[in-house]
Amino acid sequence: MKNPKITEKVAFFFLFLATLLIVVPVGLIVIIIIRKGLPAINWKFLTDIPREGMRQGGIFPAIVGTLYLVLGAISFALPIGLMSAIYLSEYAKDNFFSRLIKLAIVNLAGVPSVVYGLFGLALFVVFFKFGASILSGSLTLGIMILPIIITASREALESVPYHFREVSWSLGASKWQTIRYLVLPNAISGILTGIILGLGRAAGETAPILFTVAAFYLPQLPKSIFDQVMALPYHLYVISTQVPNVEEKLRYGTALVLLMIVLFMNLVAIIIRYKFRKKKKW
Amino acid sequence: MNAIEVKELNFWYGSFQALKDINANFKEKKITAIIGPSGCGKSTLLRVFNRMNDLIEGVTTRGEVIINGQNILNKDIDLVKLRRDVGMVFQRPNPFPLSIYENIVFGLKIHGLKDNLNEVVEKSLKAVFLWDNLKDRLHQSALSLSLEQKQRLCIARVLAVRPRILLMDEPCSALDPQATLRIEELMRELKNNYTIIIVTHNMQQAARISDEVGFMLLGELVEFGKTEEIFTRPKDKRTEDYISGRYG
Ligand SMILES: Nc1ncnc2c1ncn2[C@@H]1O[C@H](COP(=O)(O)OP(=O)(O)OP(=O)(O)O)[C@@H](O)[C@H]1O
Ligand SMILES: [Mg+2]
Repeated sequence: MKNPKITEKVAFFFLFLATLLIVVPVGLIVIIIIRKGLPAINWKFLTDIPREGMRQGGIFPAIVGTLYLVLGAISFALPIGLMSAIYLSEYAKDNFFSRLIKLAIVNLAGVPSVVYGLFGLALFVVFFKFGASILSGSLTLGIMILPIIITASREALESVPYHFREVSWSLGASKWQTIRYLVLPNAISGILTGIILGLGRAAGETAPILFTVAAFYLPQLPKSIFDQVMALPYHLYVISTQVPNVEEKLRYGTALVLLMIVLFMNLVAIIIRYKFRKKKKW
Repeated sequence: MNAIEVKELNFWYGSFQALKDINANFKEKKITAIIGPSGCGKSTLLRVFNRMNDLIEGVTTRGEVIINGQNILNKDIDLVKLRRDVGMVFQRPNPFPLSIYENIVFGLKIHGLKDNLNEVVEKSLKAVFLWDNLKDRLHQSALSLSLEQKQRLCIARVLAVRPRILLMDEPCSALDPQATLRIEELMRELKNNYTIIIVTHNMQQAARISDEVGFMLLGELVEFGKTEEIFTRPKDKRTEDYISGRYG
């Protein structure tokens, strides 16, 4: 096997195969869920409350609940995540302390989501006495997506070339002015991408909301952030495993709605990236 | 009149001494060139004058640098004011990824100046001879300009905040020979209103445009004086060797 032409072909084949292996399951998942779920999708399904022990009716409260949770998570994770990203990439000196923080963030990203759920239960539900509520769930999800937001924001900030900062400083701008007027505007697409990926992740996770907010069956909309809500991923789990004799199309319909929400967010992220990338070239 | 007086200036990056006992007076409304081989400390010296070295960790500066009657190395000097007074043009023509107009008003906005922006843009662009070319496309991206235009824009961006001193660190090294000559022409023009200190690798350039020259070697200012004298009758053997091309 010394012939470079042959080894090249072999290498290409395996690399291509591996890539294909990624695409196939994604495609299959989407196709199967669309095929089995699409028949369930209609206006009533999207806007009605679940009825007959969740065997009939719609999933409106779960959609609303998921949206609330996602918004809650981001309104918590975005300011904190962005501020710490700015601190880490613009202010922090490279010392033991900042390396420790960066290590913590990397590890935070690797914590299993069910552990976040338990953590949220202990801290927000029990210790802070927020109970099982939108607040507890949002905070838990917020912590879970913090690493995503921080990592994406840091990459975005650090992609703004250093010499721009130098020019700004040399014009008399302070560090903060430079960040505010130069770095952030040029990093915004990367930050937005991070936000949207975080949103998608928050929308899809079950375990973190399991003990902190998700209601098994609550056919009404929440009135305050201290109420429980239904949420799509948990609802899907419930009608798939806890309630007997749910029509298959209802389950796949729910999965389809959830999948569409997440894919839609990812699509938005991709479009933003693409638009901004076309715009700038340095 | 001296725009900058340097007395017993010493500078360290950590424990590495990059500037050694520098003494020099930079004359007002003249062009002073700093020449010397790579790594001799030219940029370091330039960046002392607007305290840009402060941004690097672990540096130490000793001595005096008098600008406007004040020792700018003092801890309590107003850095914003200093940097408005002492502008810097960098080696790389690097306008911000903004429009031409926004590039020029960037500094003003930072300093909270909101009046007569259009006027300042016009004046600054005229000063670098870009106005006639660009006046109809001020709101286009600055990234679409040619390299020379970009560098002119960078100069205009500095002029907009009305400095008195311009520090230029190899401002032509990214440009072709013709563009270089035109920028030199611009510098001669700017000399009427600004004190210019230019770092250059190019000895012909120093000879062409400067009134005075400082020759640096290994952190020392070996020789400093009138350009003709330095190039025709250098006092120091090392200067002579350098300008006759015996150093790198
Ligand atoms: N941030 C830094 N940390 C440590 N040493 C540095 C730093 N910047 C420069 N130096 C060192 O200080 C010396 C002078 O550097 P300086 O950039 O002033 O040289 P220069 O004359 O401008 O060179 P060039 O012509 O290559 O631009 C060099 O030996 C360089 O390695
Ligand atoms: Mg240099």
